[in-house]
Amino acid sequence: MAATPDNIIEVRSLTAAYGDRVVLKNVSFEVRRGEVFIILGGSGCGKSTLMKHMIGLYQPRSGQVLLDGQDLVSAAGGERQALLRRIGVMYQNGALFGSLTVLENLLLPLEEFTELPREARHLIGAMKLQLVGLKAYARYMPAALSGGMRKRAAIARAMVLDPQVLFLDEPTAGLDPITSAEMDRLIRHLAENLGITCVIVTHELASIFAIADRVIMLEGEAQGIVAQGTPHELRKHSDNPYVRAFFRRATLTQD
Amino acid sequence: MSLTGHLDAAATARLWQPLVALLERETPGMLVVDANGVDFCDGAGLGLLTELARRQQVAERQYTMEGLRPELAHLLQMFDPGDYLEVSTPRAEPCCLLEDTGRAAFQAWQGLMDMVRFTGELTLALMGAARKPRRIRWSDVWLTTEKAGVNALPIIALISFLVGLIMAFQAAIPMRQFGVEIYVANLIALSMLREMGPLMTAIILAGRSGSAFAAELGTMKINEELDALTTMGLAPVPFLVVTRVLAAVIVAPLLTLFANLLGLAGGAVVLLTLGYPLVTYLKQVQAAVTFVDLAGGLTKTLVFALIVAGVGCLFGLKTGPGASAVGDAATRAVVAGIILIVVADGLFAILFYYLGL
Repeated sequence: MAATPDNIIEVRSLTAAYGDRVVLKNVSFEVRRGEVFIILGGSGCGKSTLMKHMIGLYQPRSGQVLLDGQDLVSAAGGERQALLRRIGVMYQNGALFGSLTVLENLLLPLEEFTELPREARHLIGAMKLQLVGLKAYARYMPAALSGGMRKRAAIARAMVLDPQVLFLDEPTAGLDPITSAEMDRLIRHLAENLGITCVIVTHELASIFAIADRVIMLEGEAQGIVAQGTPHELRKHSDNPYVRAFFRRATLTQD
Repeated sequence: MSLTGHLDAAATARLWQPLVALLERETPGMLVVDANGVDFCDGAGLGLLTELARRQQVAERQYTMEGLRPELAHLLQMFDPGDYLEVSTPRAEPCCLLEDTGRAAFQAWQGLMDMVRFTGELTLALMGAARKPRRIRWSDVWLTTEKAGVNALPIIALISFLVGLIMAFQAAIPMRQFGVEIYVANLIALSMLREMGPLMTAIILAGRSGSAFAAELGTMKINEELDALTTMGLAPVPFLVVTRVLAAVIVAPLLTLFANLLGLAGGAVVLLTLGYPLVTYLKQVQAAVTFVDLAGGLTKTLVFALIVAGVGCLFGLKTGPGASAVGDAATRAVVAGIILIVVADGLFAILFYYLGL
């Protein structure tokens, strides 16, 4: 069965385990092209594990991850490289290379994967930094940036080769409410204007309501998805007590 | 100018320089880009379009874009070519030799000041520790002695055995011409106990443990562990450095004794193969060296250990931000450690000469 053109990612009966400990069992879902898709759940439920399987860092025990209809799990060599070029990843703490300036961090993939001349690379790097509002900080070393700026620079680096899918690991964790809101707006802006599909791992309720088109909710004991839908549907209509509790805390903290 | 087709990174890479060259050759007063045929345009393509507009703007000439698909035009709108009038270099580069020299001199001066400050701090901390030995975290000291001492035994054994063996073999060849091969024992005994034993041990200690101290403390600094200690009221020098210096000072003489023994064993192998019995070799060694030779060597070792551990910790504490800075700190710790060891060894040679030892 080929992926329907609507779905950019399909995860099929994925089972993930560390040694004997099964974290996710038979998980299946799909991400539609152009949407902001959120994987949420409490701490330790396997959110980050799921994401690391989706970006090909970990090999699943069984199952498939289809990226635009091609299986990332079984792909190897050049085919796998080509698939990985279609995704960009922002790691939780940015994972910027500390020995390079912000702009050099962006130039690295351009130098390695394109034939563009030097001034073209610099211009494109500067344009991506402009998108995340960091153009003035091109020459800074990552250590001189604040946490939120580092995350934004990491988003710019993840986007520098124009990926179809952007994976963001906890984009608003550890940021103050104002910076978090700016980050939410940036993600929404990128998704709407550039048509990038965003897959976000988070447990920040405010962000979930602000940016999500659709969410799936993982739960540790169920070893899989306990709910999926839009955040408002889940808050209002879910019959799962865990989901209700998760979102009820949301309403309490939002008051 | 009319563009058609897929304007992706590969196409842009091929187009960029010819287009820029064309623009510079023709210097059109009015550039009209007809983008009717462009069906796809990624970030690199947007970069090319922005670059064309930017060049026209810099040269104060006109530029218009026609027929770009609305969704692409919308993307292009997000970038104002005026923002990129000067394409930034990724790093501020020093202007000239003068700036380089000034910077280097300033850094050397700072390094010297740091070393002086650190020496004072370490001395104070060591005196404090001597006054209250119970306050020292002995469990950390023993852990470090195991890592820096016990685990170093194999390489110390191998190196000193081979150094003894090679020295003896090299010396035996000319001495044989005079029929005095037995004096190889004197040479090995004197040079191992006085020079080679302490020196080889110190250099191996610098390579194994000096670098490890620098890398460990450097990583702790990057992870804000040093800040955590400071805010708990535990200054890094007494808490982290004293234990490491103590451990190095404890293990270095033991390692040197071990190195001396293995070096002598290496010499023994050569003399045995030349036909001298072991007991002759041992007698000759006993006659050649005194306790003063051994004690002198061990004294040097103590100072070397202090230098290696101190320098390792100093460069660890001075680590800058980033993963590469940890590597730099480890490298500098080893280089500075070895230089200071050799300098100290030279000073000891002069001192021992005047003391008549």
